Amino acid sequence: MSDPVPFIALSAVLFTIGAVGVLVRRNAIVVFMCVELMLNACNLALVTFAKQHGNLDGQVAAFFVMVVAAAEVVVGLAIIMTIFRTRRSASVDDASLLKY
Amino acid sequence: MTAFWILAPVMVAAATAILFVRKAVHAALLLAVVMISLAVLYAVLEAPFLFAVQIIVYTGAIMMLFLFVLMLVGVDASDSVVETIPGQRVTAGVFGILLGVLLLIGIAQISLGTVVGLEEANSGGNIQGIANVLFSHYVFAFEVTSALLITAAMGAMVLAHRERLTPKPTQADRAAQRLRDYAETGAPLGPLPAPGVYARHNAVDTPALLPDGSPLPSSVSRVLVARGVVRSAPDLADDIDEVQRSLGVPAAGQGPAPATTEEEQP
Repeated sequence: MSDPVPFIALSAVLFTIGAVGVLVRRNAIVVFMCVELMLNACNLALVTFAKQHGNLDGQVAAFFVMVVAAAEVVVGLAIIMTIFRTRRSASVDDASLLKY
Repeated sequence: MTAFWILAPVMVAAATAILFVRKAVHAALLLAVVMISLAVLYAVLEAPFLFAVQIIVYTGAIMMLFLFVLMLVGVDASDSVVETIPGQRVTAGVFGILLGVLLLIGIAQISLGTVVGLEEANSGGNIQGIANVLFSHYVFAFEVTSALLITAAMGAMVLAHRERLTPKPTQADRAAQRLRDYAETGAPLGPLPAPGVYARHNAVDTPALLPDGSPLPSSVSRVLVARGVVRSAPDLADDIDEVQRSLGVPAAGQGPAPATTEEEQP
């Protein structure tokens, strides 16, 4: 009944927007949100393909992506907090010691 | 498909707005819009379990974690939209459009065949079906996930932990420090003066008046002064005349006169 192509296209558009966001935003937390947006876009594709192929493996994969995203957010935000504590800034441009 | 065609423009608009909003909190709220819309799409795609998990885990837990950290970190210069590398934004936009066009052309080229649908897989219930797959085929990945979650929790605790380098000051230490400050700089020994109380206003954003009519800066919090929300005390003192007029008291009548008229009125 429902055509999967629009869902996949929406997933691609959201992934692209997330990728551009990672490139253009400077606030580390917003960059992180854009990574989450990309993960969500991939989840949408997985769930769509699960329906397309008529088995639940895609939904289980999306579930695993959610679990890993939760763990990743916890550690990532802790790192951002630690950097903020030492440099008083959440800008991704300020953490540049390895550059020199 | 109706839900899809309603939600897809909303999601794309909200996601695009994340690129342009200046405040990180607004970006978080827009991302929450995208995530809740995605949850509805999961329901459309016959994934009721993921619909619930998306709302509970993503919108409920992860977005709240983002907002907590935003509140802790606060607003700083990184929220500005000034680019540090010249032309970075334009280049990123061009490459983003190229990536999007590439993906969409790829999607347009393929044919996905007929949709099988999940009626058969979901016949015994979606959650039971997912459990069957998860605890048979993917049981090892599931076990490894538990190790990942424990490691993540430990990592967050270690990263967020801060060792105390100086002993915690006790009440006696604070009292001694206050007396030392008094002896050296003449700082007041007692508590700070209270904010002003006026006829129509009694809140912490108004300084108290000194006997000569000038406002007392130490009676309001420095934070409020920095934010620029402190109200000027003389303006509020002007209200006294108006209140007296509304009570039927001549504005010149000061001292005990208002009190007596107030008792007579009721």
